[in-house]
Amino acid sequence: MKRHLISAAELSRDDAVLILDTAAELASVAGRPIRKLPTLRGLTVVNLFYEDSTRTRTSFEAAAKRLSADVINFSARGSSVAKGESFKDTALTLEAMGADAVVVRHSASGAAHRLAGWVTGSVINAGDGTHEHPTQALLDAFTIRQRLGAGGGGAGNGASGLDQRGGGLDGVRVTIVGDVLHSRVARSNVLLLSTLGAEVTLVAPPTLIPYAVDRWPCRISYDFDTELRKSDVVMMLRVQQERMNAAYFPSIREYRRRYGLDAGRMALLPEHAIIMHPGPMNRGVEIAAEVADSPRSTIVAQVSNGVIVRMAVLYLLLGGAGEAA
Amino acid sequence: MCAMRPESGPEQGADSPDWKAVLTPEEIRRALTRIAHEILERTHGGEGIVLLGIPTRGVPLARRLAERIGEFEGTPAPHGSLDVTMHRDDLRLRPARALRRTEVPPDGVDGKTVVLVDDVLFSGRTIRAALDALNDLGRPRAVQLAVLVDRGHRELPIRADYVGKNLPTAQREVVRVLLEETDGEDSVLLGERDQ
Amino acid sequence: MSEEEWLIKGVSVCGGPVVDVHIVDGQFVSVGRDLEAVGARVLDAAGLIALPGLVDLHTHLREPGREDAETVETGTRAAALGGFTAVHAMANTEPVADTAGVVEQVWRLGQQAGYCDVRPVGAVTVGLGGKQLAELGAMADSAAAVRVFSDDGSCVADPLLMRRALEYVKAFDGVIAQHAQEPRLTEGAQLNEGEVASTLGLAGWPAAAEEAIIARDCLLAAHVGSALHVCHVSTAGSVEIIRWAKSKGWQVTAEVTPHHLLLTDDLAQGYDPVFKVNPPLRTRTDIAALRAGLADGTIDCVATDHAPHPVEAKEAEWAAAANGMTGLETALRVVQLAMVDTGLLDWAGVAMRMSVRPAAIGRVPGHGVPIAPGSPANLTLYDPAAPPEAVDPATHASKSRNNPFAGMALPGRVQATFLRGVPTVLDGKVTR
Repeated sequence: MKRHLISAAELSRDDAVLILDTAAELASVAGRPIRKLPTLRGLTVVNLFYEDSTRTRTSFEAAAKRLSADVINFSARGSSVAKGESFKDTALTLEAMGADAVVVRHSASGAAHRLAGWVTGSVINAGDGTHEHPTQALLDAFTIRQRLGAGGGGAGNGASGLDQRGGGLDGVRVTIVGDVLHSRVARSNVLLLSTLGAEVTLVAPPTLIPYAVDRWPCRISYDFDTELRKSDVVMMLRVQQERMNAAYFPSIREYRRRYGLDAGRMALLPEHAIIMHPGPMNRGVEIAAEVADSPRSTIVAQVSNGVIVRMAVLYLLLGGAGEAA
Repeated sequence: MCAMRPESGPEQGADSPDWKAVLTPEEIRRALTRIAHEILERTHGGEGIVLLGIPTRGVPLARRLAERIGEFEGTPAPHGSLDVTMHRDDLRLRPARALRRTEVPPDGVDGKTVVLVDDVLFSGRTIRAALDALNDLGRPRAVQLAVLVDRGHRELPIRADYVGKNLPTAQREVVRVLLEETDGEDSVLLGERDQ
Repeated sequence: MSEEEWLIKGVSVCGGPVVDVHIVDGQFVSVGRDLEAVGARVLDAAGLIALPGLVDLHTHLREPGREDAETVETGTRAAALGGFTAVHAMANTEPVADTAGVVEQVWRLGQQAGYCDVRPVGAVTVGLGGKQLAELGAMADSAAAVRVFSDDGSCVADPLLMRRALEYVKAFDGVIAQHAQEPRLTEGAQLNEGEVASTLGLAGWPAAAEEAIIARDCLLAAHVGSALHVCHVSTAGSVEIIRWAKSKGWQVTAEVTPHHLLLTDDLAQGYDPVFKVNPPLRTRTDIAALRAGLADGTIDCVATDHAPHPVEAKEAEWAAAANGMTGLETALRVVQLAMVDTGLLDWAGVAMRMSVRPAAIGRVPGHGVPIAPGSPANLTLYDPAAPPEAVDPATHASKSRNNPFAGMALPGRVQATFLRGVPTVLDGKVTR
C-alpha cells in the first residue's frame, strides 16, 4: 500500500522525516508573491468527507490548490448501506470521475482501507472512526520540531536542541492527555512520534485507556501532575460530553479537576514546554481559555502547519510516478 | 511512501566505466575566475545582481562565484539557491523526489539581475524549470545563466551567458562534476553509460 | 420409503476396520465384510470414511424473509454437500419463528426440498424482543415438533425471563440454546476486545460478556433442574465455566463453530468484513482451549452457525457490515484440519461430535445413531485423503459467498451423503 497514506504505522522514520523536510521547504511558498506551485496541475483530488469537518477539509483543499490540483468536494452523509448510496458505489463513482487522489474522512474505522481496495488512485486517510488520522500526527510532529528545534528546546532532557531538517524528535517527551480510547489522533501520534524517537506517555482515567495498550510504544499514567513536570510537549485531546453519559467518568467537573490543563497546571510545566491541541477545543473542559491563548500554545500554528504538511503529503504521493505494481 | 527517497548521489554505474578527467582542479579554478570577471563586465560591475545556484552542485558554484566577485569588488555578491523540483517537466517519470532548499537573499529578486548557476547544461529543461520557479518568486530585471560545463544536446531554446568549458559529448556519455564542498575534490569527469 | 438398494463397498466406518454396508428401503440391513447384494447399486468407497449423517444444531436458512441471502432449498442443498442429513434452522427469520405457523412452514419447505431434515428452532421470546415468552408449547406440539428454542442473534439477557424459559420447557423435554452476550457490555462492539481491536480502532467485545451469561445460565439451569445448551462458545473462560458446570452434573451442553477452531482476530487487520462474526474471532489461546474442550467432551459438538449474507452486506466498511460466515460446505474439512490432522480427535470422535451428540441434544429421532442394522440409513461418506483444495465460495451451493476460508487450502472432500437411504450427494455433487 505504498501509494496511500492510511496509517502512521506505514511510515518508517525515513519516510516521516522526508515528509517533514518537504513540508519545511514548502513553508516558504506561503511567503511568496505567487503562493502556488504547478506541480500537481492536471490532477484531481477529491475530498470525500462523510463526517462534517470544515477545518480538515479546507486544509486539504488549500493544500491541493496550492499545488495547482483540481479539487472536488464530495460531501456524503450517513453510513453506507443503510442510507442511500453505498460506500462502494461512491468509490466507484469517484473512480469513474478520474480522481487521482481521494482524501477520505469517515466515521467507521477501516473505511480508508476499504476505499483503497476500490479505487486506483491514492487514498489519504483524513480520519477513519477511532482508528487513525495520520496527517494530524504529521502536522503535530512538524509543529513540535519547529517549536522545540528552534534553538530553545530540549533543555529539560539534556539535548542541545533538535535538528531541523533531516532530524527527528529523539528524546522529546510528549504527554498526550484525554480520551485516548476514542481518539484516532492519539493512535496516529503514538505511532508516529515514537517512530521519530520521541518518548510518548498517555495520561487518562483508566476507563479511557484502550485495552491491551501495554503493547503500544508508549507509557501509561493516571497521574497528570507528575507527568506534567517532565513533559516537553503536552497534547490535550478533546473530551466529549457523551462519554460522561456512558460512565467513562462521573462528571465534567471531576474530569477537569483531575485531567484538565488549567493555568495552575500550566505553571508546573518546564519553561520550554509547549501545549498542543488538535482542535476543536472544549474551552473550560480539557483546556482552560487562558492556556489555549497563551504563547506556549501552538494551536494556531498547528492549523497553518496543517496546510503545508498536507501539501507535502500530496506532493510525495502524487508528484511523481506511482510505485510499480 | 517508501518509494520516495532523497535525490541519489553520484550517477549509477559510477564505478564501472573509464572516467576521463576533462577539467582539472586548476582549470576549474581558472574558469570560475574568468566567469566572475565576465559577470562583472556584463553587469556594470555587478550592480543589482543575485547569484542563485541550482541544487545540488550549482549552489557551491554560486557561492564561489559570489566570493570571487567579492574579492574583486570589495563586497561579496548576494547569493542563494533555487530549487526547481516542483517545476520540472519530468516529475511523473520517476517517484516523487525530495525537495531541495530555496534560499533567496533578503533583498529578493524583484528588479535584480539574477544569474542562475548550474554545474552542467545539457537538455536545458532544468533551466526552463528554474525560469518558472524564479517567476513565482518575483520579477527580475533580467536573467542570465552561468554553467561550469556546456555539453550540448539542447532540447529547448536555452543558452548559457557564461560557460566554463564547452564540452562536446555523445548522448550516451555521462558528465560528472565533483566539487570540494559536496564530493571532497574538484573534478569534471567524462564516462560512458553502461546501458 | 425408497426402494433403492445400495451396497457401499470397502468403507471404514468411523475410522474403524474396512467393511461393506448394505442399505435397503432406507435402512442399514447389514454391515460386514464381503457382503453381496444382487440388484443393489454399488458404490466403491475404497479409502473413504463413513460417518453417521452429520447433524447441525445451528444454521441460518434465512427463509422466510431473507431469501436474497439463502432459501431453505439452497441452504439444505449446501448442507447435503457438507455431509449433513439434518439441520436446525434458527428462528431469526422475518417473520421470526415464534409461532407454530412459521415453524411448520419452515419444516414443510425442508421436506419439499428433500435434501436433509430441517428441524426448526423456535424463538424463546416473541419477536426475539427478550421481553415476553413465545408460545413454546404450541411450537413443540406443532408438526415441526420443536425441541430446541433459541433467540440466537440476540441474548436472552433478562435473568428472570431466562429462568422462566428454562423451567417452562421441562414440560416437553425442550432445551434452551443461549446466545451468550451481555448486551450492556457489548453495545456497538465490533471485534474481540484485545490488542487487535485496540490497534484497529474497533470497539471491543470482551470475553467476560460471554462468560458472565454462561455462568449465570448454568447456575439457573441447575437451580431449576433444566437443560441449557450454549451456542457458539468462543472463549477459553467459557470452556472453563462449562467444564465446571458439567463437573457438578448439571445439564449443560455446548457447541463450537468450525471458524472458532481455526481463525483468530488478526484476520481483521485488513478490515475485510468476511471475518466479522458474532461472537467474534478471538485469540490463539482461545482456539487452543476450544480445541481441548471439544476433544475432552466439555464442548459436546460442532455446529456451523452457517450465516449467509448478500454481497452488499459484506462489502461495506466494517462497522456497517453484517455479522456472520457461511460454513455448511466447509465444516467437516475444517474439523479435519483443526482436530483430526492435529491428533486431537479420531474419526469416531468426529462422528460423536458432528452427529451423535447434536442429534441427542436436538432430540432428533433417526439421526446420530450407529451405522448398524436397523438404523435409518443416514450416512456421510468422506475422503480425508483428497488433495487439499483452495476453497472457492463461487462454487458453493449456498446463495451467499461470505465464507472466511476462501482461498485457504482445506483437506478432505465429502463424496456422498445419504438421507434415509436415498443419496442426496454422489461423487461430491448433488443428485438433483
